[in-house]
Amino acid sequence: MIDYRTADPKKLMEAIPYCRHLGIVAAVEGGSLLLTMPFAQHLIGNPVLPALHGGVIGSLLETAAIAQVIFETRGARLPKPVDITVDYLRSGRAVDSYARARIARQGKRVVNVHAEMWQEDEAKPVANLRGHFLIS
Amino acid sequence: MSDAPEWLKHAKQHMNLTPYLAGISGEIMDIGTPARARVPYSEKLIGDPETGVVHGGVITGLLDHTSGLAVMVKLREPMPIATLDLRIDYMRPAKPHQDIIAECECVRVTHEVAFVRGTAHQGDANDPIALCTGAFMIIRGGVHGIPVTPA
Repeated sequence: MIDYRTADPKKLMEAIPYCRHLGIVAAVEGGSLLLTMPFAQHLIGNPVLPALHGGVIGSLLETAAIAQVIFETRGARLPKPVDITVDYLRSGRAVDSYARARIARQGKRVVNVHAEMWQEDEAKPVANLRGHFLIS
Repeated sequence: MSDAPEWLKHAKQHMNLTPYLAGISGEIMDIGTPARARVPYSEKLIGDPETGVVHGGVITGLLDHTSGLAVMVKLREPMPIATLDLRIDYMRPAKPHQDIIAECECVRVTHEVAFVRGTAHQGDANDPIALCTGAFMIIRGGVHGIPVTPA
């Protein structure tokens, strides 16, 4: 059992099998979480370029959004995604990736979250996400 | 319906070897309209350890992959494509221990952009887990990543 009200973000990532599969790790940095996804061969979607799979990028962003919501709202349950939109700005290269999210608006039942992913340079984002999540 | 162009007919095996797809044990089912792919339930896909529900990212990944395939079906010759954006509406959590199937259709191809609609379900397309809408850039004259000869 995970207590989302007190869970340490680092342990939370380790407790979620799909995050473990992608190799996502979390650290608290200032008031927000920084997620790191070290490059690994199984994250590749296009071996010729090579480039990360778009689904991997979406997965990292959605994880960043969920983790930030847990970290800030400390509800009893895992936030449930309602909808997400991912904009792909650049090709995700075969290097380490980072993501951060912020809550744009928190209501009683739903939160609007923005997340961003980058690689070497935070000023050159690879992709961003907007999404709504149900909380309780 | 298999309306796949000739160049794509040998691509299925190669595309099943895409590291991300292979890593989640996903596979392409149909290269046609709609394009279909599936991912069997497994422990490593879980996003909610208490309920065993798969992570939303798995559904995003499968829909992204299948959407790209749906675009390729509409291209007469091989050329690279890149996802511009993808919107996913999560209708309901995926039931644990059941396959997830994505069905996507490219509804329009212009010179530079292709538009896709898709559904993820668990056997009944009328009871979807998620819906998706995507736009893809078509990079004419670019170097394509998919071998067009038999694997």
